[in-house]
Amino acid sequence: MATQTPVSPVADRTTALRPSGRMLEVLHEWVTTVDHKKIGLMYIAYALVFMLIAGVQALLMRIQLAVPNNHFVSPQEFNRLFTMHGTTMVFFVGMPILFGFGNYLVPLMIGARDMAFPRLNAFSFWIAGFGGLLLYFSYFAGSGLYAAGTAPDVGWFAYAPLTARAFSPGHSTDYWTLGVLLSGIGTIGTALNIVTTTICMRCPGMKMSRMPLLVWLYFVTCCMVFVAVSPLTAAQIMLMIDRYLGGHFFDTQAGGSAVLWMHFFWIFGHPEVYILVLPAFGFANEIIPVFSRKAIFGYPAMVGATVGIGFISLSVWAHHMFSVGLGPGANAFFTFATMVISVPTGIKIFNWLATLWGGNIHFTTSMMFAVGFLFQFLIAGLTGIMLSVAPFDWQLTGSYFVVAHFHYVLVGAILFMIFSAFYYWFPKMSGRVLVEKLGKWHFWLFLIGFHLTFDFMHIPGMLGMPRRIYTYEADRGWAMWNMIISSGAVLQAIAILIFVYNMVWSYFKGPVAGPDPWDAWTLEWTTTSPPPAYNFAVLPTVESRRPLWDLKHPEDPDSNYE
Amino acid sequence: MLIRTTISAIHILAFGLVPTSIFSPAGTPAHSIFDLSMFVFAITGTIFLVVAGLLLYALIRYRNQPGHTGREPTQIYGSNQIEVSWTVIPILIVVVLFLTSARVIFTTQAAPKPKKALDVVVIGHQFWWEFRYPKLGIVTANELHVPVSDPLHPTPTYLTMSSADTDHSFWVPRLAGKTDVIPNKVNVMWIDPATPGLYLGQCAQYCGTQHALMLIRVYADSPSDFAAWVARQKMPAVESADAAEGEAVFQRNACINCHTVAGTVATGRFGPDLTHLASRDTIASGALPNTEENLRGWVDNPDHYKPGALMPPMHLNQHDLDAVTKYLTTLR
Repeated sequence: MATQTPVSPVADRTTALRPSGRMLEVLHEWVTTVDHKKIGLMYIAYALVFMLIAGVQALLMRIQLAVPNNHFVSPQEFNRLFTMHGTTMVFFVGMPILFGFGNYLVPLMIGARDMAFPRLNAFSFWIAGFGGLLLYFSYFAGSGLYAAGTAPDVGWFAYAPLTARAFSPGHSTDYWTLGVLLSGIGTIGTALNIVTTTICMRCPGMKMSRMPLLVWLYFVTCCMVFVAVSPLTAAQIMLMIDRYLGGHFFDTQAGGSAVLWMHFFWIFGHPEVYILVLPAFGFANEIIPVFSRKAIFGYPAMVGATVGIGFISLSVWAHHMFSVGLGPGANAFFTFATMVISVPTGIKIFNWLATLWGGNIHFTTSMMFAVGFLFQFLIAGLTGIMLSVAPFDWQLTGSYFVVAHFHYVLVGAILFMIFSAFYYWFPKMSGRVLVEKLGKWHFWLFLIGFHLTFDFMHIPGMLGMPRRIYTYEADRGWAMWNMIISSGAVLQAIAILIFVYNMVWSYFKGPVAGPDPWDAWTLEWTTTSPPPAYNFAVLPTVESRRPLWDLKHPEDPDSNYE
Repeated sequence: MLIRTTISAIHILAFGLVPTSIFSPAGTPAHSIFDLSMFVFAITGTIFLVVAGLLLYALIRYRNQPGHTGREPTQIYGSNQIEVSWTVIPILIVVVLFLTSARVIFTTQAAPKPKKALDVVVIGHQFWWEFRYPKLGIVTANELHVPVSDPLHPTPTYLTMSSADTDHSFWVPRLAGKTDVIPNKVNVMWIDPATPGLYLGQCAQYCGTQHALMLIRVYADSPSDFAAWVARQKMPAVESADAAEGEAVFQRNACINCHTVAGTVATGRFGPDLTHLASRDTIASGALPNTEENLRGWVDNPDHYKPGALMPPMHLNQHDLDAVTKYLTTLR
């Protein structure tokens, strides 16, 4: 690392003799690193750890709900479980894993040697990491509703006034507030970094219109972070003022407004969904063309649709509040705005379809996850349209139908695309390819488990089962569906274990990847796997959107058509 | 009508007789949502079949087959005509869907209130429902009685709702969509069950530890049954001589701080009104059948049935516990 003081050869040799000394040295190197690749990998590792924790929380909830009137966990424990599961998955799994890939890939794909602000990058990671640890420290230090619990138990959207001191007297809500606040600071830092990197650090020849779509998607996502995460951060500070400095923003017993919190939360919360899904679209935009052996169909339309989604997503938040009593005018407006967003989203699906059309599709594990993404995102979009119809939403909101819908987005679309990205870029990150046979097991088990759980989860919602209930009556006809849902969860858990095993095994013994295992077209595949510190010995110059295509097909380069 | 009957038959076959299904509507708001939802299902279902069909076709038709030459397929970068068409068609679908939805939004939320409508004030509490009939002078809890509404001469019930503590949501799926019950905000919704019967529901907005057992029971009574119910509920509490001891225990303990028994010194408002407790089918917000055994157990230790319920265990001795239970069962 060029940023560290050079170590003298003598001192170097002595530490190499002692294994513990070497361990410390490696640890020191990772803790002090400002290299975008190392930070990216730390983001990903951190997110994977939290994913396992939040996955166990999901399993415990599914055991509790598998049969009616179950006593596997107490109501207090169940309320903590869904609060921690939601908060962890959104803030400490989804965001860091996507920023991890972004950190790793954006500089490589635009031919840069690092992010624009390497030290801000490290700061953002560590502050977000600290936020996650603080949230989990509440298990040891906090106390919840009626001082009965330890971890936060107010739900991941923490509606006022449940978070007021009158209803949450302990400190668990404070851990939630501070954890989310710190994660938000890290998020804004990284977003600032990616936006600046994209604008300022592109290699010679890479105009904005030649950037890989993944970079475009991250660029739009990060711009949205500024607008969306700031209100959440503000709301957290207002909540702290309410709880400790006698403020009354959300304190309904002193004239505050519960609805105000909902507005603050969802003006963050809905763009947040797009903040999470746009990077997943970005992965799809790189992976689907490579395994179809065709250029992406309609690049300008894809960019336009992304920017369109970015803007429209800022005007749809109150579709989370159709039952709040905003009045028919507001409900009609947000119905319309929400439906409109399906147009650019539809354009994306059609463009992926057209990319597949006439291609030569290679069903690698990575591509299979991407195909799963396409079908599942289609369904998630269509149930989203159902929810955008305000009257239909009056029945569906707050029910298991909504839980099924957003898990279809978060798991069926985003997580599938994240798995796809793992199989695609793991060779670049580690130098070794993930074993395909284990990958196929992972895919099929996860696919079956996913559909058992989340397809059937729509049904109890339509049969009147609200979300966030720790148990239900036997006479409601929900029991069979819940049993199926829970059994699917077990399959997904097994699939995740196979995936973890595959990563560990392949890291040491997987087939060696070489610089370009997929015969791909973007700049990260021009450098070694894993790339050296500073990525490129000589900065590349590009002539088109697919520089490696031009290199591999000098007789018919892309630059002729752009 | 035929379509509705067919759908409800399919629905019973698929899901069984579910008391809370949105697909067996029994009131105007639920019916209009049901009809709209069928239209939305038809449109989204068609879109799914078309797009998923094309996807499946492309995946099979253009898969990499053994013996492929290794030559790259023809590179196609886009097509303005196609892209315009798959932008315009969705826009048209959106316009149609929006106009249909807007109609139901306005007919439900901006419907003029009929003169004969019944008014009920709904107050959400941490983990139970208070129902007040201001024009009738009735206060009750958890079990809402309303008259059936004849479609020709509608007598809907208008619920004016707010919360005493955290957010709740009033959801009885067969009668209407849900409306949130929020402190410092007054919301109004209406229901008009056409056939007598019991309609179940529950709180649909996370409100604290016992959100799960904050159940709702709506009894749609025939006009004569409703009149009889009103007449009885208007009366003060029954005084019965053999329950005098239990009444004394009730009144000298903390019970009266939270509960009202009309016509006595008990005027608390934090817990449910008990004036006609014995006329209700359930206790603990629908969580338990209203039997003597359950009442006794509940008074002794509510946490055993509903961990996190706000009523404290009363720590009465066995004798007093029996007496209070006896007293409560006489409050017809």
